[in-house]
This record gives sequence, C-alpha cells and structure tokens, in this order.
Amino acid sequence: MNLVALIDFLRNRLKAVILVCAVVLVLLVVGDWLFVDKEHAHTAAEHYFGFWAVFGFVACVLIIFVSKWFGHRGIMKREDYYADE
Amino acid sequence: MPMNEFWLHPALILIAGALLMPLLRGRARSVLLLLVPALVFWQVITVGLNPGLHGVVKFLDLTLTFGRVDKLGQVFAYIMALMCLLGSLYALHVKEPAQHSAAWIYVAGSLGVIYAGDFMTLFLFWELMAFSSVFLIWFRRRPQSLGAGFRYLMVHVAGGLALLGGIILRYQATGGDLTFGQLDVVNPDLSTYLIMIGFILNAAVPPLHAWLPDAYSEATVTGSVFMCAFTTKTAVYALCRGFAGMEILIVLGVIMALYGVIYAVLENDSRRLLAYHIISQVGYMVAGVGLGTQMAINGACAHAFAHILYKGLLFMGTGSVLYMTGKSKFSELGGLYKKMPWAFVFTLIGGLSISAFPLFSGFVSKSMIVAAGFEEHKMWAAFLLMLASAGTFLHTGLKVPYFIWFGKNNCSPETWDLAKDPPWNMRAAMALMSMMCIFIGCYTPYLYNMLPYAVDYQPYTAYHVSETLQILLFTALGFFLFIGKLTPEPTISLDMDWFYRMGGRGVAWVSRVPAQAVDEWVSEFYRFCGLAWTMTMARMSAWFDGRVIDGVVDGLAVSVRSLGDRVRRLQTGSLQFNIFSAVVAIMVVLLTCALTAMTLR
Repeated sequence: MNLVALIDFLRNRLKAVILVCAVVLVLLVVGDWLFVDKEHAHTAAEHYFGFWAVFGFVACVLIIFVSKWFGHRGIMKREDYYADE
Repeated sequence: MPMNEFWLHPALILIAGALLMPLLRGRARSVLLLLVPALVFWQVITVGLNPGLHGVVKFLDLTLTFGRVDKLGQVFAYIMALMCLLGSLYALHVKEPAQHSAAWIYVAGSLGVIYAGDFMTLFLFWELMAFSSVFLIWFRRRPQSLGAGFRYLMVHVAGGLALLGGIILRYQATGGDLTFGQLDVVNPDLSTYLIMIGFILNAAVPPLHAWLPDAYSEATVTGSVFMCAFTTKTAVYALCRGFAGMEILIVLGVIMALYGVIYAVLENDSRRLLAYHIISQVGYMVAGVGLGTQMAINGACAHAFAHILYKGLLFMGTGSVLYMTGKSKFSELGGLYKKMPWAFVFTLIGGLSISAFPLFSGFVSKSMIVAAGFEEHKMWAAFLLMLASAGTFLHTGLKVPYFIWFGKNNCSPETWDLAKDPPWNMRAAMALMSMMCIFIGCYTPYLYNMLPYAVDYQPYTAYHVSETLQILLFTALGFFLFIGKLTPEPTISLDMDWFYRMGGRGVAWVSRVPAQAVDEWVSEFYRFCGLAWTMTMARMSAWFDGRVIDGVVDGLAVSVRSLGDRVRRLQTGSLQFNIFSAVVAIMVVLLTCALTAMTLR
C-alpha cells in the first residue's frame, strides 16, 4: 500500500523530518516579522512578531499541565469506579 | 401565499421511510437507505425556494406552524439533511432495521424543530429527538449502555420539563401567542430563563453537559455518528433563533470551550475525548449567540455547519476503529497506521478541520466568531477562545491520530489481527465527508452564501493565516516536547454525572434499606390481620370464576379456535395462491361497492 510506504519512508528519516519541521517553525516567525501586515491586529501586543507563536506554545503547555494537575486532584478514577452499579 | 396549500414536510419523508424500513430486506433496503435521505435533501432544497409560513394548523386554541422557512432555519436543515444522507451511507452495512429507523426518526425530530414556527410544535419534535435517539445508545447492547441510555433519557426529560414550564408561563404571559422568535434577552423573565435552560441543556452547557460524553461514548458506532450531529446543533439553532445577544451565553460559551479542552486531556477513550470536544466546539457557537451581532450569528451558523461535517467525520474515523477492533481506548490501541491507513487519513482531515487549519472547514467558520468577539471588544472572550483552539489541535488534531495510529503499540494480538480498513460504505462516507471539509475550507462562497446575513468577512488574509499557523504549529511543538505527559492513562474522569449517578444510588439505598423495612412491617401486619378474611374472599371468587366466568370464556375460546382452524385450512401457504386470493378479495369488495352504489342510485 502506497500510503503505508510513504509513512514508513518518513518514519525512517525521522531526523530529517524533525529538521524540516524546525525550519518551518523558524520561517513562520521570520515570515510574520518580514511580510505580514499588522494593521488589522486588535491589541498592541499582537504587533510584536511571533506573538501568536508564543501564545500557541504557552497555551499548549498551560492546557497540558493545568489539566493534568486538575485531573490528579481526585478527578481521574479507576475505570471500575462506577462498576458496582 | 395560500395558507393551506400542500406542503410536504421533509421530516415526514423520513418518518415514512423509517416505517417502511422493517418491511424491506437485502438490496431493497440498501436502496431505501440511500433513496430516502436523498429525497429528504432534495425536499429541503425545494422547500427553501419558497420561504414563508407553511403547514399552519389550528388545534384547539393553538396555531401550530410546522413549516416556517427562512435563511436561518434553511442553513441548518440543509446540513442536517446532508448529514443524514452521509450518515446513512456510513451505516449501510448495519443489518438491524430498527437502528436505521431510530436514527431517521431522530433526524426527523431535528428537522421538525428547525421548521417549527411556534413553541408547541418545537416542543413536540424536541421530545421526539430524545425518545428516538436513546435507542441509538441501547442498541449497543452492553450492560453499561442500558444505564447510560436511561441517564440520557432522564436528563433530557428534565430539560424538556424546564422547556415546557417556560412555554406554559410564556403562554400565560403573552395571552396565548406562542410564536417562536427572538425573545426579550435584555429583560428576561422566568419563562425566558426556563426556555433557555431547556435549550442549553441540549447544547450541553456545563453544568448541564455530562449526559453528552456519557451517552455518545456508549452509543453504537453508527448511532454516535448521528448523535454528534443533531442534538447539540438543533439546540444551537434554537439559541440563534431565540437568544441572540443574551450576554450570559458569552460567559457560558467560553467556559464550555475551555471545559471540554481540559477534560479531553484526561480522557483515555477516543470517542469520549471527541465528545468533550463537541462541548468545546459548541462553546464557540454559544458564545457567538451571546455576542449576538450579525457577524457572530453568521459565525455560529457557519461553525455549526462545518462542525456537523468534521465531527461526524471524526466519529466515523474512530468509530471505524471501534467497529473493526472492538476497542476505542488509547491504552488498548496504537501503531495502527500499517493496518488502517485510510481511516487514519480521514480522521486526520477531520482533525485538521476542527483545528481550523487554513484550507480546512473550521478555518473559515470558527474565525468568524472570534473576529466578532474582537470587534465587540470582548478581548477576554476572544483570547480565551484562541487558547481553547490550541487545545483543540492538541487533542483532536494530534492526540487522537497519534495515539491510535502511531505511538506505543498497545494492541493485543487479537486487536492487531482484527484491525484493517473498514467496509467500502464506511470508507466512501468518510471520503465524501473529507471532501466536503476541504471544499468548504477552500471555496468560501459555498457556505457564506447560505448564512442568514450578508457576509462581509475574508478569512484568508496574511495576518489571519500567519496567526493561525503560528498558534497551531507551536502547539504541535509543545505536544511533541511534552508527549510523555500526555501518555494515555487507563482512568475515567469524574464529571457532573457523578451527582446523579450517586444520587441515584442514594435513592436505591433508601428504597432498599428503610423503605424495604417499612414494606416488610406492613406485610407482616397484613399477614396477621388481613389474611384470613382475604382467603375467604379468594375462595368465594374462585368458585365464581370457575363456575360462571370460565364457562363463558371457554365457550368463546372454543368458538374462536374452531373459526381460526377453519381459516387456517383455507390457506395453503403458497405465495401465488395468497396473492391470488387477495386480488380476488379486493375484486369482490370493489364489485360490491360498485353494485351498492348503482343500486342506491
């Protein structure tokens, strides 16, 4: 199957894939700095280049850590918690 | 426009189809399964050409309007009819006719609500939805499904009662006018709040949301594909119609968007995770209704439209894994790309659409709501919705595909053997849904021209594309850096359903321990005091029963049996003979009628 072969091709070159992804991330921020017109930004903070990159990363980390912290305060239970119904 | 012209309600076609379903088998049923939804879709489009009020019926002192056609309703009816068609294609392999019938009656309920012009009609169809969709849970036939179904039904009955209470109060307050339109959201009274509670319960607004993950993760594979599309989006429609600009909905919507994201991190079951993301996504729509501007309402409708497609697609993708392997938990799956590559690709497209990647459907719909938030200077709401959209990509775009198709292979040998791409009808449905998701994302006029208000919005600006890509790709960076934290844990998460599950146990305890003690005491008392007298009475009535009643009944039974016996001997069991006798019987009846008519003249 071609699709599987393609995925395997990429998985076998994981280092190169990661490098490409890193380059894309850098280009994205550089592009935001050089080419994007910030006229329609809603707040002053958005005028800094890469604002949304930082926002996205911080949001992701916050969501992971806050949720897991919340979950481990007694919200997450064994799978058979309701079993003796 | 004449009030009483013939107006065929699209829901009626579905109900007729649902009733016809058990009578057909094999290929004929497959044809019916595709033909009826196609006819409904066609009828929805036809009906849309002729806006106005149709199907107006006077009943007692109520005026029931079954067919109010306008742009707001039409966009919802269109996507629901389309979803019904694609959902039926996905479910084509299901042998049990009752499953299809339940799903169609459920969709008919949704369409009924959308075309309802008054609260009474709305309420009728509202309840029809709850009572038909519960079967989509029960048909899973696991012991847990029974409980989940009853909880679902009871929560919805409670919501329905709030809605009905609100309707009755409104009937009193307005002196009998139950027209369903924009309610007074600036000075809401009790009836307005009760109606809102009925609506937001179906929209799964916390704390009235726990029924959704509870039920949708327990429903059948094909049932949850239907369920994820109709209940919440019908509620969004009702909110758009009645509660545009209700400020509290902005707060509730933002809470929903974040609540779903937080629970999705903790979730180990892929379909429960998706269910929590319904809450999150419907949060955007509810916030849009709360903002209430033309752009926000457009955004809510557009997002509901896009959501029905990509969420249906995601439930189809994870559903196909469940269908093939019997598993839906991340801790029992993994590494499946080798076995189910197409299911992976389609689920990924759903994931990219819900995450609002440029060129996918969510990008052109979700951003309208956020932009409306910025325009109304609700900065906190807009930024928190942006935060939630990072969470959406984190889970649905990354976690779901990664931990099912890549990641650590947790499959048991049996699971691994069973895993392969699903049957052709499921793949075809997923392929069509994927195409729709990409089409909507690439060609905006298709969706924008259907929206209730004229659209003055362009999603593809350099700023917006750059903003979105930065958020999403840096979220992906965070995902891969902290992937260890996200390793699935085989747990369940307590949610608001704890209260009624445990409350239910409280009731069960009361009925088991104190109530049973009282019951036993009463029985003891009765045995001593009442028994002798009752025994005498019983002996007397036994005599009466034996001598008098039995004589009459037995006589009747004997004569019925002998008649049945004689009729049975008339039938030989051969089909041709039966058809022949039926035709003869019809001829006899027709001739008799004709003769009588002639004689009487």
